[in-house]
This record gives sequence, C-alpha cells and structure tokens, in this order.
Amino acid sequence: MLDDTDVTVGGSGGKPSEEVTGVVIRLAGDSGDGMQLTGNQFTAVSALAGNALSTLPDFPAEIRAPAGTLPGVSAFQVHIAGHEVTTPGDAADVLVAMNPAALRAELPKVVPGGTVVLNTDAFGERDLRKAGYDVDPRDTGDLEGFEVVEVPMTSLTVTAVKELGVKSRDAERSKNFFALGLLCWMYHRDPEGVRSWIRDRFNGKDQVLAANLTAFEVGLNFGETTELIPVTRVVPPVVREPGTYRSISGNTALSWGLIAAGQLAELPLFLGSYPITPASDILHELSRHPGMGVRTFQAEDEIAACTAAIGAAFAGDLAVTTTSGPGLALKAEAIGLAVSLELPLVVVDIQRGGPSTGLPTKTEQADLLQAMFGRHGESPVPVVAASRPSDCFDAAVEAARIALAYRTPVILLSDGYLANSAEPWRLPAVESLPDLRVGFATEPNHTAPDGTPEFWPYLRDPDTLARPWAVPGTPGLEHRIGGIEKADGSGDISYDPANHQRMTELRAAKVAGIAGTVPPVEVQGDAEDPEVLVVGWGSTWGAITDAVERVRAGGRRVAHVHLRHLNPFPPNLGEVLADAPRVLVPEMNLGQLALLLRSTFLVDARPVNKVAGQPFTAAELVVELEKILD
Amino acid sequence: MTPPPTPVSVAAPGRDRGPVPGTTRADWQSDQEVRWCPGCGDYSILAAFQFALPDMGVRREDVVVVGGIGCAARFPYYVDSYGLHGIHGRAPAIATGIALANPDLSVFVVGGDGDLLSIGGNHLLHALRRNVDLTILLFNNRIYGLTKGQYSPTSEQGKVTKSSPRGSEDAPLHPLSVALGADATFVARTHDMDRAHMVETFRRAHAHRGAAFVEVLQNCNVFNDGAYAEITSKSAREEMVIPLRQGEPIRFGPDGSRGVVLDPDVGAVVVDVADVAEDALLVHDETRDDPGIAFALSRLAPNPDAPTPMGVFRAVERPVYGIATSPGPPPGRDALGALLHSGSTWTVG
Ligand code: SF4
Repeated sequence: MLDDTDVTVGGSGGKPSEEVTGVVIRLAGDSGDGMQLTGNQFTAVSALAGNALSTLPDFPAEIRAPAGTLPGVSAFQVHIAGHEVTTPGDAADVLVAMNPAALRAELPKVVPGGTVVLNTDAFGERDLRKAGYDVDPRDTGDLEGFEVVEVPMTSLTVTAVKELGVKSRDAERSKNFFALGLLCWMYHRDPEGVRSWIRDRFNGKDQVLAANLTAFEVGLNFGETTELIPVTRVVPPVVREPGTYRSISGNTALSWGLIAAGQLAELPLFLGSYPITPASDILHELSRHPGMGVRTFQAEDEIAACTAAIGAAFAGDLAVTTTSGPGLALKAEAIGLAVSLELPLVVVDIQRGGPSTGLPTKTEQADLLQAMFGRHGESPVPVVAASRPSDCFDAAVEAARIALAYRTPVILLSDGYLANSAEPWRLPAVESLPDLRVGFATEPNHTAPDGTPEFWPYLRDPDTLARPWAVPGTPGLEHRIGGIEKADGSGDISYDPANHQRMTELRAAKVAGIAGTVPPVEVQGDAEDPEVLVVGWGSTWGAITDAVERVRAGGRRVAHVHLRHLNPFPPNLGEVLADAPRVLVPEMNLGQLALLLRSTFLVDARPVNKVAGQPFTAAELVVELEKILD
Repeated sequence: MTPPPTPVSVAAPGRDRGPVPGTTRADWQSDQEVRWCPGCGDYSILAAFQFALPDMGVRREDVVVVGGIGCAARFPYYVDSYGLHGIHGRAPAIATGIALANPDLSVFVVGGDGDLLSIGGNHLLHALRRNVDLTILLFNNRIYGLTKGQYSPTSEQGKVTKSSPRGSEDAPLHPLSVALGADATFVARTHDMDRAHMVETFRRAHAHRGAAFVEVLQNCNVFNDGAYAEITSKSAREEMVIPLRQGEPIRFGPDGSRGVVLDPDVGAVVVDVADVAEDALLVHDETRDDPGIAFALSRLAPNPDAPTPMGVFRAVERPVYGIATSPGPPPGRDALGALLHSGSTWTVG
C-alpha cells in the first residue's frame, strides 16, 4: 500500500526520510495492552496533521481472554494518507506486535515486504507456547520477506519508568506509550499533541501520568538513536475543502445526529436502551448530554427500552431506542405496536454477526431482512442505513425526519465496523441542517353528528397520510389509542373486515409515499453506459468506492449506487437498475439486498457475499468486479 | 367498613397548575361501549375509579391510563382521558416512558395478574424499585380471562383449569409480597365489592409520589367465580376482612374480638384478643421504613380463605424516579454547533 516513495535526507534525528502517499499501520497486542487507546491516539494526531484516514478497530469477543493467547488479541488498523481514503486498507504495511500471539494472529494481514515491529521482551518460551508456537518464529523463516524490527519495549519502558518509583508490574503497563512514541517518531507526528492529551487523560493520577509520559518519550528517543530503523516516513496532508474538521467514530456521529435531531425538531430526546455490544457507546454518549435536552433511560430489558420509548413518543418526545440484532428481535412486537399506534420512533440497530449471540464484537449486515420483515402482520417500517462513520450523523437526522413527519417507527441500520471506526469529518454548518419541526395537534379536527367539535386521532394528513400527534396534557384532545385495529378516522376499536383492509393499505401507502421526499439515487463513476452497476448499502461504501475507482483506472466502465433508503427505495432506482447490463450487489450477508432488488425490480442482481466478521477489502471487490467483467 | 384515614397527604408539585376545574363521574366516562362480561368485577372497579377521579384534583387532559393485554387492560378505552392500550405485559414500561417525558401527568397502569405478574413481571418489579411516579392497579382474579380460563401466576396450587386438567403444579405469587420485595413505596389492597374502600384507596394511591401499587381483588364470574366470596361477600366481611388503620392496633371481627400479633417464630398471626394482652396487638404503621412487618402482613392469608388484611400496607417517601435527573429543554442550534466544535478540531483554508 506504500504507493509512491521519495527519499530525502533530513527527517527525525537527521535520518533520511521518505515521503509516502499512504500507509496502513496495524497495532496488535493483548486486550489489556491498550492497543485501541494507542491506535486512537495515533489516529488523532494524524488527523491533526491533516492526513486523510480510516480506522478499523478489531476487538476480541472476550473482555480479558487469558493473557498472551490468540483469543485475547486486540488489534487496531489505521490507514493514513495524503489523498482521500475510504477504507482502512487491504493489508498492513506496518505491524506492531506486542507479543507472539499478536504476531501469529496478525502476520497474515501484512503485505509482503512489510515492516514488523516486535516487542522482543514478550518472546519468552512460555509466551511462545501460549501463542501456539513450538519454535520461535524469528528462527523458522516465518518472517522471511518482512522487514523485522526487534525492540525490547517492555524492558526499555520498565527501566525508565522504575526511576519514578513505579513498581515493575505497573511500569510494564506503560509499554503501549513506548510503542506510540516510536510510531510518532517513525511518521513525524507532532509529539506535543500526544503529550498534552496524556496530561489531560491521566489528570489526577500523577504516577500513571508520569509513567505514560516517560514511556512515550523513551519511545520517541529510541527512534532517534536506534540503528534498527534507518528511514522515517512522511505522509503529507491531504488537500481538503475548507472547513473545520474533527475525527469522529460512527457511534459518536450517530449519537450527535440524534442530539441534532432533537434541536432541529425542538423536542426533548428520549433514549430507551439496554446495554448491548456494539451499540452501548450510543447510550454512554447520549447519557453525557442532559444539557442538550437528552434523557437516557437504561431499561430492564430490550422490550422495556422500546416500549418506554413508545410511551415517551406518546407524551411528545423524540423517542429513540438503540440496540443490536438480538435486541431488534426482542423489540419486534413493540415496533409492531408503534406501527399500529403511528407514533414517531427511531430504532437504531448496530448490526453484528449472528444469529443468536453470534460474533458480538464483529461486523455484519445481516439484519436487513429482519428490519424489513421481522414483525407479524403487515407491518411496514421505513429503513435507512449509514454508509461511513461521519454519515451516521446525517442518517440519524434523516431517520428522525421520517419518523416525525410520518409518525412511524423507522429502523436505522449501522454496523459494528461503522460504529467503531473513525474518519475526519467536515463539520456541517448548523444553519444548513433541515428543519424537523412538526407541531402537535392543538384543536379538535372533526365535528360530531350533534355538532360538537371532537378529536379524531386517525384523521390523516392528505399529503403524508400521517395522523395528528396530540400529546397528553392538551385540553380537549383526550383520546385512546391501542394495538387493536382502529376505525379509519375516529380511531375507535374496529373489527370490521373492510376497515382492516383499508387501514392495512393506508399504513402501506403512507410508508411507500415517503419515497416522494427521498432524493433520487446518484450514480457514481460511469453513469453513462456502464459495463456493470454495483449496488451497495451501509458500511460497504468505502470498499466499493475504492474498488470501483481501481477497476475504472484499468479502463473499465463501472457505476456505483449506494442506498441510504432501503424502504422505500428511492424513486428512480428501478430505472437505474434497468439501464445496467449487469448488477453486482456486495453485502456482508448472504444476499439480502439482492433478494429485495430481485423481487422488487425483477433484475438479475448478482450477490457477492462475505460473512467473516470483517468488512470487505477493496482488493476482494476488485477481484469480484474483474470476474463479472470477464 | 370505614375508609382508612389519611395520615399524610403528599402534595404533588408540578401537577399544580392553578385551580383544577371540578368534574363528576360522568366527565370520566368515555363513549366507548364497555365490553366486559355481564357481572364482571371490573365494572364496579371502573365505577369506583371514575368516582375517585373527581376527588383526585386532576385535569382530564393530564390523566393517562395505560393498559397491557387482558380483560382489565381494556380499562383505558373506558376512561375519558388520554389512554394507551399497549401490548401484553409492557404497560409499566410504556407508562415509565410517559411519566419520564412529562412529570406533570397522572399516569395509571391497569392490568391483570397475568399481564403484570407473568409476562410483565419484570417490568412491574423495575417500575416499583425505581419508584417511577405511577399508580399501578393490579386486578387479581387468579385466572386468565381473555384467553378463556387457564391458570394464572396467582392461581392456587392444584387449580383445575383447561390447561391444568390434573390441577396446576405452580406455586402462586402473592402480589403484595412481590411489590414489597421490590421495595415499593406504596402498597395497598382493596376489593371489588366495596366501592367506598376502593375510592379511598385509589385516591390515596394517586396522591402518593412515586410508584403506588394497589392489588384489587376482582371476581371473574365466568372463569373463576367466587374466588374471593369467602372474604369479600357482605356477610363474610366482618369475620374475614382485617382493616388496616394507621396508628391503630390491628383488630377485626365482631366487636373487634380478633386481632393480629407478631410472633417471632411465625410472623404475623391472627389471635383472639381475649387470649392476649391488648397491648400485644400489632399497631399498624404504614410509614415504617423497613418493609418487613408489611411483608409479614402480606403473608397473613396466602389464600382467600382466611382473614385478609385490606388497606394501605406501606406508604413511605423516597425520591421520585427521574426528577433529579430531568434534562432541560433542547437548547437549539447554537448549542449543537458548540457541541460539534468541542474538543479536538482543525481548520482547513
Ligand atoms: S372473562 Fe372474567 S375477567 Fe374477563 S370480562 Fe369476563 S368476567 Fe371479567
């Protein structure tokens, strides 16, 4: 992935440095080694240096598997570049492995000729055995073809930190800051940013702060003095649109999108949630913002989380419930109630590998059909999806817009990859964000036969087919609603067969009508006469975009459509599909969107599927595109 | 019997928005046809509730009645206020969302023993332990009525029903014991044959700040007729109903000839007053912080074939859920801008 290099002398410590347009770095260690923290901090300083970037945290399923074993390996990949990047990279140019297990698990993800930085202090006989190595891989030829840099990180850290009076066991724990220092030196990152972050983060814990700072400095200095790394690398800043940027993860962007929706609708935001990986970070983030009009309710279970949100919606809040696949299954009956009550509700599903507990920390897109159809009865629910970390903000605002304007539950799909990966985000101007105000009913809307004004909760707006939202506390609009079928208009209980047919069709028509407010899909790449059209949704956006560009660079005509709206589909999707000679649908499931496209549009949508708990790499999709173009 | 006295009338701040227009029972009757079986105990409970509402000092628009699924859970349709008929078991959770979103509302939960103790048992426990500002009325008829007669979580062991032809194996739950076990701050029992007692109990439950739990013994005359006849019928009451009166020794029976004492080995027991010293009788104190004695009283008659305490078992004050953590209103776009720009950012161009 080191696209172009240009060697000059005069980098850090007077060593020669070379300019590279992009580099993929993978950090791996025990789950207790702080690799995620190190990776995130390296990402943050790279963002401040103006690089384009994309990250892929790769968590183990166990909180703390036995130290030094393969199930305990936690990895973090970051792609930094001087040009726009859309994926965390096909493979790593540099692997930092804190122990043999990390080396064993992650070496297959390193490019041939890549750099492997090893913490040699962790390569004792027991460590090797725990990782399943009979012989030290440094002696077997396993590392042949890689540039191996052996650094005794633990002992260098402990020696320096012990002078501060820190016990060796505690001193050892700062070794990830040594690694961070070394990486900052290797890539010319501004150490001052890291130093001030360490001071902030460990403020009040004097000894830990001093230990981490010292380890960081030792790592930096080691780079300066060692002969092991002869060349440092410079990644120039990317040329960007003017604006203010920040680095943001999908779950934070989604949380802020929900907060934004509350401001734009001028409604308090109510989150009912039950902790579940990988959605809990949204509960954590929203619970920090009561000052933004946010109430978080950590419920006793997924069902209570959803039904409490429905209660809050009835009472006039912008109501949200967040979960992952297993929780969406538990909420199904309650979402059906919200369909019947016709109340606004945003249901967020951060998808993970399934079925059942599946792969809780790994990504998948296999809840699309559950979102579409996972309820009893005819129960249409709009579905929207986010395509990249920063897009989670816009997707959340859009989900809230639909929910409020149409008084309907909306399912917003993200996934474990989007949730935890980060990228730079150009902050939107708040004035440019849409107005989501809908207003409550305040007056009776109907006249009884005897001439008295009355309120009919199911008298619909002729344009949107949305029913009025009258909240408790409003005098004169007292009414009762429930899950039993209601008479069209009055909302009274009705078991009349013709009325049920009409209400079922009205609910379907209301959701179908949302398409009228959805922008037509934009075709990226070769919109005219493509040889193949790639249709994607959700987090595959980055890999598809990159793959399409690579194949186009080889002279082929490829178009790409990425769907924000999965129900209803954008109004022009049928035409775009009909115009394409071949349609390829890459998904992290076994063909769920492909199934929908085939049944809706009668097109030969060909699925490309991956359910390995990892996102597609662009390289994998290039292979698939070349196959279909053959 | 005489209604229990009211020791403390806890005012409900936030519900106080100027003088509340007076209402009568008729103002609270909706235009919906009531569809319970003729003779069902639910009718008299509904009537008592609609008689009690004018005394509660609430506006019609500020009342929300939430039901789950079951005969009792149809209640919201019949009360002319705001109402939500939800899904089976979830009424306490739905009501929690409503109460958190608007603390000015008076939110009632109505459900049966199946709705609130079986499928919804979890939600009931958590609404009570959190002390959400709800008034929860559990109509206990010890049977599944709407699904036509299966044994319920409060049915006695050995009950023969369509789903237990050889007698049910399950040990029953005792609703008040469950509520006290969850540390509910207001716990009371009343029954469908005594309107005055129901009215007063509902009024007190509503006046309580926090989660109020009321078990209403209710007759399902179709599937479990006479379940409480031994205690609630007019002729039986004197012998079988133990009125709980704040600050008074617990006595009942002809001329107060029987009473309740605490036996350190057994718990609460019924005695002939003549057999014990009068000052040995248990003096009822619903404000005891420790729920232990209230719990002992809740075990006094595990089945409705023995003298059964009726009235307020417990009424203590604890912070109301969600009030201290109430968020402010959404501050608007400028504050959003400040949030987006908070922390580490960089500027290009
Ligand atoms: S089945 Fe029983 S509880 Fe239900 S309405 Fe009929 S009598 Fe009442």
